[in-house]
Amino acid sequence: MNTAAGYRPETLGAHPPYDHPSYTSTHKRAPRHPPVRLEHTLSEITGPRFAPDNLNDLTHFDGGAALGERIIVTGRVLDEDGRAIPHTLIEIWQANAAGRYAHAEDRHEAPLDPHFAGIGRVTTDDRGAYRFMTVKPGAYPWRNHHNAWRPNHIHFSLFGPSFATRLITQMYFPGDPLLALDPIFNSVPDRAARERLIATFDIEVTIPEYALGYRFDFVLRGRDATPALS
Amino acid sequence: MSLPQTPSQTVGPFFKPALVRPGQESLITSRSRGERVTIEGRVLDGDAAAVSDAMIELWQANADGRYDHPDDSEEKRLDPDFHGFGRTATDDRGHFHFYTIKPGSVAGPGMILQAPHINVSIFARGLLKRLVTRIYFPDEPLNAADVVLNAIAPDRRSTLVARIAERQGVLLFDIVLQGEHETVFFDV
Repeated sequence: MNTAAGYRPETLGAHPPYDHPSYTSTHKRAPRHPPVRLEHTLSEITGPRFAPDNLNDLTHFDGGAALGERIIVTGRVLDEDGRAIPHTLIEIWQANAAGRYAHAEDRHEAPLDPHFAGIGRVTTDDRGAYRFMTVKPGAYPWRNHHNAWRPNHIHFSLFGPSFATRLITQMYFPGDPLLALDPIFNSVPDRAARERLIATFDIEVTIPEYALGYRFDFVLRGRDATPALS
Repeated sequence: MSLPQTPSQTVGPFFKPALVRPGQESLITSRSRGERVTIEGRVLDGDAAAVSDAMIELWQANADGRYDHPDDSEEKRLDPDFHGFGRTATDDRGHFHFYTIKPGSVAGPGMILQAPHINVSIFARGLLKRLVTRIYFPDEPLNAADVVLNAIAPDRRSTLVARIAERQGVLLFDIVLQGEHETVFFDV
């Protein structure tokens, strides 16, 4: 018999709804039926595990240095009880310093950088810590509404220990004037929750005369007190 | 101590080079145990138009019904050639496919075996959080008593059961994000 605990539910207001009218792409993609609540079983409390990976420096690619403002992004992956989540996979992707993705479908008229692929992948260490060296991504226009611009952001994909803890999100930068105007950032209903998506500038993380430093921690769902059904 | 959860955001349209690598659509090697099955489908939006920028991930038990994870402590065999994770993206016409095996049944509520199923995550531009569904298997005797399937209105239940294709070993499973034939999605 299985005795491992299930995971706590998503906190109300901490996550966006599927239907968010100011984000046009939701109109035909948001389901109309509410999702059916699923009690956690072995299917939800288990999840994939990955071999160690350490593609953590995005600032050099194809024999040259990427253009842009070098930054370090570092932090920890924790659960709601503050416990470290070690050896979990983090994948990131982002636009280059000019606001252009190295992606065939990105038609924004900004230069590609032959020395920036914008892709990183690491597993957290024993303390749940991770660290990337990259360049600050540029803002870019999108067609959601007239004169729409995405704020500077880095995409993050995390697994955590189970199928239930899977998370894809975006990290933003402090002081960005585009945040107030962005339907995706503002899809998170709770203001405090929204602001948790903004990294903190930290002079202690900075490497003098080389790169600025930001801190960004993740909190994934924690364990419930009671065992999962089995 | 209780720390607040990090909010979800959309995967956006530009994830493929970072997240999707060739070969991840196959969960098996020639040595994996179990009945081979190819799962093919399309992702469609509320206008029944192809969703060409979705990412789909599978998570499933092996042929004996054991998940390759320390929290599955059931006394069933692990398979060194099957780990249970797959990932792919839809193509220009919204199509996707996976090569896997039919999982064994795993324990569910009340110690009753769940019908064999594959756990599915769907990410796409326009989805601010992932969608979760399950793929169940046609002609499976355990479906009739399955607690999860039986909790769903009969007219929607069929969206969770793959259909048999004319080609041997192929099952069809479309994911309809919205509309009349909307797939049942789960809040996990």
